[in-house]
Amino acid sequence: MSTLEKTEKEQATSATTQQLSGSQAVLEALIHEGVDTIFGYPGGAIMPIYDALYDYNDKLTHILVRHEQGGIHAAQGYARTSKRVGVAFATSGPGATNLVTGLADAMIDSNPIVCITGQVFASLLGTDAFQETDVINITTPVTKWNYQVTDATEIPGVLARAFYIARTGRPGPVLIDITKNAQLQLFDYKGYEFCNHIRSYRPQPIVRHEYIEQAAQLINEAKKPFVIFGQGIILGKAEQELKNFIEKGGFPAATTVMGLSALETDHPQHVGMLGMHGNYAPNVMTNECDVLIAIGMRFDDRVTGRLDKYAKQAQVIHLDIDPAEIDKNVKTTVPVWGDCKETLPLLTNLINQQDHSNWLQQFRELEKEEIKEVIHDELNPTSDVMTMGEVINVLNELTGGNAVIVTDVGQHQMVTCRYAKFNSSNSNVTSGGLGTMGFGLPAAIGAWYGAPERDVVAIIGDGGIQMTIQELGTIMQFGAKVKILILNNEFLGMVRQWQQLFHDKRYSFVNITSPDFVAVAKGYYIDGNKISERKDLRDALKTMLDHDSSYLLEVMVGKENNVFPMVAQGTSVSEIRLK
Amino acid sequence: MEKQEYTITLYTENSIGMIGRISGIFSRRKINIESLNTSPSEVEGIHRFTILITESEEVVRKLCRQIEKQVEVLKAYFNTNDELIWQEQALYKVPANMIAEKAYVERLLRQYGANVVVIRNDYIVFETAGHREEIDRLTEELGKYNLIEFVRGARIAIIKESAGFHSKLIQFEKTEPSPEIVENEFLDQQDNVFTM
Repeated sequence: MSTLEKTEKEQATSATTQQLSGSQAVLEALIHEGVDTIFGYPGGAIMPIYDALYDYNDKLTHILVRHEQGGIHAAQGYARTSKRVGVAFATSGPGATNLVTGLADAMIDSNPIVCITGQVFASLLGTDAFQETDVINITTPVTKWNYQVTDATEIPGVLARAFYIARTGRPGPVLIDITKNAQLQLFDYKGYEFCNHIRSYRPQPIVRHEYIEQAAQLINEAKKPFVIFGQGIILGKAEQELKNFIEKGGFPAATTVMGLSALETDHPQHVGMLGMHGNYAPNVMTNECDVLIAIGMRFDDRVTGRLDKYAKQAQVIHLDIDPAEIDKNVKTTVPVWGDCKETLPLLTNLINQQDHSNWLQQFRELEKEEIKEVIHDELNPTSDVMTMGEVINVLNELTGGNAVIVTDVGQHQMVTCRYAKFNSSNSNVTSGGLGTMGFGLPAAIGAWYGAPERDVVAIIGDGGIQMTIQELGTIMQFGAKVKILILNNEFLGMVRQWQQLFHDKRYSFVNITSPDFVAVAKGYYIDGNKISERKDLRDALKTMLDHDSSYLLEVMVGKENNVFPMVAQGTSVSEIRLK
Repeated sequence: MEKQEYTITLYTENSIGMIGRISGIFSRRKINIESLNTSPSEVEGIHRFTILITESEEVVRKLCRQIEKQVEVLKAYFNTNDELIWQEQALYKVPANMIAEKAYVERLLRQYGANVVVIRNDYIVFETAGHREEIDRLTEELGKYNLIEFVRGARIAIIKESAGFHSKLIQFEKTEPSPEIVENEFLDQQDNVFTM
């Protein structure tokens, strides 16, 4: 075939079907999947996609972050508040490796994320080309699925799969690596087809009714049933189903860190938070209940403490969508696999209307003890220095519990999770499983784009803010209305607490110094304030919340305050210490 | 629980990188893979992995669930040796003069049912297939007679049960979602479970 004939033939084809570049096909896929916001950072190997993006400005909002880690954390925050798939773009090599922390974070916390990375030309793969890295192998353990595209014709199908995998079953991050030649390649685009089936993938295990019946029987016979729930409720959008279940059965219910906000804090059967820095009652009662009903949670070691002393007296019913979680850490008496949105109503139907108020009262008695020993002093300190708890408490009063609360990792995170008030679901954004310092600020930016109508407050320590402080630039440029509340104790507080309690107070590199955060914010044209006296707290928080754009408030808090109660590592949940 | 040999059989889609994905699940938990074989299966487009490890049943069960969690894995099964018919193949390269001069070597090879693959005037290559212990014994014996080279293949195994994995796999492919999930041991002990 002569060149001329070939050209004519190509022209003839393009008259009937549409010719698109791989890059355009990527953006078309995003639009079809309902994506409106992308967090990304351009670079050499992803330039064709950014070039195509130039023409899609009216349909897709691209937020230029200051570091790819910020991009993926923002996508996570977006996913958590919007209940949609978060999307991040990065280039090859360092761009892709900078995503790894966020991927690991999204993997362990089950965030639906699709990352698109550029890659060197297919002809250069494996040659140690400029900015080439084996991103597929690097990211395999921290992605639910990943795939390298070297031919543009694969793009629509692969992206449809990517979104399907990311959001179905137990959600997770997916990374699609696209070589530059595939981005540039023109091909006959036959339209976008959604994926709803993959030969080897069953996102939801079939519900086994005999297990539901057995679970109901156990629950109906129980004298001291106890519900513990996690993020599965939020991911499964089963908040109402949970409420119906616990209200009919009269069960006390406690949350994990990731499950916070799935049930409003003020619910009469909400007995607090589980785990290392959780509340006294739910931890102690875990080892007192006779039937433990775990819903959409995975028995993380921070929740269980010492496993061989965890709920040994109890029959365990575990509801989870991921069969691999059943019996992974805690031996289950009855496993109820499936989406809790589906299984909870089935179970609710079979259980008896019950009143366990005496049992619930026992939780309240223990709660009184915790209030007396810990909470009262944390919220009403007698010394001049402020506590983190009182800051959160005043914040609760001002937001009424309606704000999206984003936290970083450390003492401030645990204090916030303990004391923050939540009225509605999808309001708690934190790095639970991976414990990623630096998560807070970029996640808050994403959380705001996911729910721009809501107040988004990022509560961050003086250590964590310095890990991703560059994202103030993203706020400066694109105007996310994030309220940044730095709780500054002039220490890497959580590590310091451990060094105090378990390492004879040998403070090893935990005294971190900070820049003038308000001045830094000012450098980014973000207003701010710093306070260190209690009398200024309420007004300062109010000013922050009322401010019509982003705002940074630094609050100096007690330097050597500890977070209690605490289940020390290697001890049982019932050995939780109050001081 | 006591450790013993388990053969894990996986059915996966035939996509690039599956070995890395699967082996990572083992290496992340510091579990050594003793042998790994991949081959096509009787089902079009589906690959079969046969992996041999020595572990406790509890660990193997958890591993299989983690493996099944991979998007491209259809099913993962694990079996003890007595549930399987299994073979490993080995090749031996022996100096030709050893066979000619030492009648014992020839007898040895007959005894182990070794077949000649290649005969040259400088060496002869034999092949045997069987269980690990037999192969190990023959290797040890031949080691005394200037064994030049030895290689043993990965284990391949077929389930003794007549229906095998095939029917389960077909069922998995037909139904959505799959009812074929690892049985829970408590299902069989209902009476014990419900004594509160």
